Amino acid sequence: MTLDERAAEMPGERELVIVSLYPRDMNIYGDRGNVLALTRRARAHGFFPLVVDVNPGDPLPSQVDIVVGGGGQDSGQGRVALDLVSKGEELRHLASDGVPMLMICGLYQLFGHRFVTHTGEELTGIGVLDVETRGGDTRMIGNIVVESDEFGEVIGYENHSGDTVLGPGSRPLGRVTRGAGNNPRDGVEGARSHNVIGSYLHGSLLPKNPAISDFLLATAARARYGGFEPQMIDDSTALRAREAAQRRPR
Amino acid sequence: MRDVLSAVIGKSVRQVARLRGGGSALPGLVIEKLDPGFLARVLGRLPYGVVAVSGTNGKTTTTKMIVEILESQGLRVFTNKTGSNFSRGVIAAAVQECSLAGRLDADIAVLELDEAHAIHFIARVKPRFTLLLNVLRDQLDRFGEIDATAKLLQRIAEATTDGLVVNREDPLLEQTGASQADRLEVRSFGLSSDLRAMFPSDDDFHRGAAAPDGPDEAARPEADVTLTRVGDHEATFRIDGVDHHTGLKLEGLYNTFNAAAALATVRLVLAGGVKQQSDALEVHATTGELLASLANVRPAFGRGEQLELDGHTLELVLVKNPAGFRLALASFPAAGVASMIAINDQYADGRDMSWLWDVDFGTLAETGVDTVSGTRAWDMALRLDHDDVNVGQVEEDPQRALAEFRRRTMGQPRRIYCTYTAMLALRKELATLTKVEEIW
Repeated sequence: MTLDERAAEMPGERELVIVSLYPRDMNIYGDRGNVLALTRRARAHGFFPLVVDVNPGDPLPSQVDIVVGGGGQDSGQGRVALDLVSKGEELRHLASDGVPMLMICGLYQLFGHRFVTHTGEELTGIGVLDVETRGGDTRMIGNIVVESDEFGEVIGYENHSGDTVLGPGSRPLGRVTRGAGNNPRDGVEGARSHNVIGSYLHGSLLPKNPAISDFLLATAARARYGGFEPQMIDDSTALRAREAAQRRPR
Repeated sequence: MRDVLSAVIGKSVRQVARLRGGGSALPGLVIEKLDPGFLARVLGRLPYGVVAVSGTNGKTTTTKMIVEILESQGLRVFTNKTGSNFSRGVIAAAVQECSLAGRLDADIAVLELDEAHAIHFIARVKPRFTLLLNVLRDQLDRFGEIDATAKLLQRIAEATTDGLVVNREDPLLEQTGASQADRLEVRSFGLSSDLRAMFPSDDDFHRGAAAPDGPDEAARPEADVTLTRVGDHEATFRIDGVDHHTGLKLEGLYNTFNAAAALATVRLVLAGGVKQQSDALEVHATTGELLASLANVRPAFGRGEQLELDGHTLELVLVKNPAGFRLALASFPAAGVASMIAINDQYADGRDMSWLWDVDFGTLAETGVDTVSGTRAWDMALRLDHDDVNVGQVEEDPQRALAEFRRRTMGQPRRIYCTYTAMLALRKELATLTKVEEIW
C-alpha cells in the first residue's frame, strides 16, 4: 500500500512516517527493536506510525517524519555506502529542516564525513554529523552507561572497533560513566547535530531508553502537527530492565 | 615414553582436580603446557583419523548422531562428550581415555569444535574429514561478526586433509565448499525446495517472510543427502535418488535437518575407509542400517530434552541465538503447554541482549508465558511486552522461578526455553526433583 492510499483509508489519523533505513543490510545488533519500540510508543501517544523500509535503490518517501538506521557487517556497509551518498543531499536537507533521526553504529559512522577501514579503504559518508571514524585495533565491547544532559542516563551495549572523533559541528550524546564510547580516549559517546542522534549503543537502544523515543516522537509531532501532548505510559518493565543492565558486569 | 608420562601426569592432575572439585579442562591445560605435541600424536594414530564438526548451531546433537551411528556399525569412537568443546577439553578427554601407554582405544575421533577455539586445535591436529553446519548470528560479542565466523570455518576447511561436508542451503558455506573442491572430496547436505521455506535464514527474516525465490531443485547441485519431508518424529531423506523414510527420537526441525548432515558425514567417512595399514575394522553399511541407527539417537542435553515432572513432560529447549530461538518457537507449538523462558548473560551465553530483538515472539501471544527468569529476565519481559505477549511473573533467581513455575502450572505439560548457563542451573535444580540424565 502506498502512503497516499493509506492516507485515503485513514482520514483524520495522525500518521507519522518512520523511515527504516537499509533494514536488509544494516540490522545486525537487534536494530529492528528500535523500529518496534518507536512504533509502539507512537501508538501509545495517539499517533498512527507508518514504517517505510528503504533499501539500496529505493527512493525516500515524499513525507519523512523520523529516520532510523542501524549497523551492519563490513560487507553490508560497503553496499549501502554508495547508495547513501546518492541520498546524501536529500538527507542533509531533511536533517537541517529538523527531522529527527537515530543512527546506530554503522550508519552513525556513515552519517559522518568518512569511515577509513583497517586496510586504508575509505568509505565516503554524508556529513550530517561532524564526525570521522577510523577502523581501530581496540574492540570496545560490553555494557555501557552514558550520562546525557537531554536524556538522563542512557543504557546500552557497545561492540565496535571504530575510532570516532567529533569535530566542532557536533556535540556528544553524553559522557561515558561506564564503558568506552566513541573511542578509548575521549570519554564521550555518540554525536548530536540538529535533531540527529548518532550512537554506538544497541541492546536495542530505544526499548530501554524511552526518553529518546519520546524525543524523536515529540520533535516529529511538533514539526508536522504543531504540538505534542505526551500520554502517561507505564515504563515499569523498561525501568527494571535498565536497573538489571546496570548491575551486570561490563 | 613421553606419551606414557603425559598420560600419567594428566591422570594424576585429573585426580587432584576431582579432589578439589575443579573443571574438566584442567588436565588438558597442564598437558598442553608440558607436552604440546601430545594431542597430535595420539589422534594421529587413529586408523580412521579425526572428524571435526563445526558451525554455529547444532554441533553437539550432530556430533552425538555421528558418534552413535558409527558406534552401531562397530567402530570404537573417541569424542569430547562433556561438551567441553575447546582443544584443552579435547586433550582432557583424551587423557581420560588413554591407556597408560598413551594410546587411545579407538578407531576414529569425532570432535565438536567451537569456532572460537577451532583455530587453536587445527594448529595441532589436521582433521581428515570436516562437517560445517551453518554460519548464524551467535554470541556476536564473542566472535565479532558473521563474516569473521565464516572465515574461521574456511580455515578449518583449509586444514582438512581428505573430505568436507557443507550445508548447501548456507551461501557462505557453499562458497567454502567450492573453494576446496579441487583439493578435497566435497559433499553437501540440503533441503528440498518446498522445505526451504520452513527454515528461514537471518537474511530472510529481515527481508520479511521467508522468500521461496531460490533456484528450483533441478538447477541446484545435487546434495549427498537431502531432507525431503518432515513429520512428527519422522523424516524422509533422499540418498542416491531414492527416498528413505525413517522414524526419529530427535526433537525439532533443526535436529532433523542436522540428521541429514550426520548421514552425509558418516557416508563420507565410510567411503574413505581406514587411512593406513591397520587391523581396524573395515565397515560396509547399507543406507537402511545407517538410518536404523539414526532412528535410535536421542537428543543431546538441552536440545529438546524431555524430562518427567509431576506426571507430565517437561521439555528443556536450549536457545542461544535468534535463528535457534525462531526455529525452536516454530518447532514446538505453544498450545496446551505452560512455558517459561530463562535468559542469562554470562560469558558463555553472550552478554549482549540485542539478539532477543531479532526473534518474533508473536506465536506465544495466545498462550502467554507463565514465568520469565534469569539475570536478564527483565530484558526478556520487555521484549515479550513489545510483541503483546502476556507474562505471568518475573523472577530473576532460577531456583525460585522454577519452584513458582512448578506450583503455578501443576497438572500441565511444561516447556522451558533457556540459555546455556540458565539451563545448567535449572538442570541442577531439576535433578533434585526428578530423573535427569548425566550431561552427554
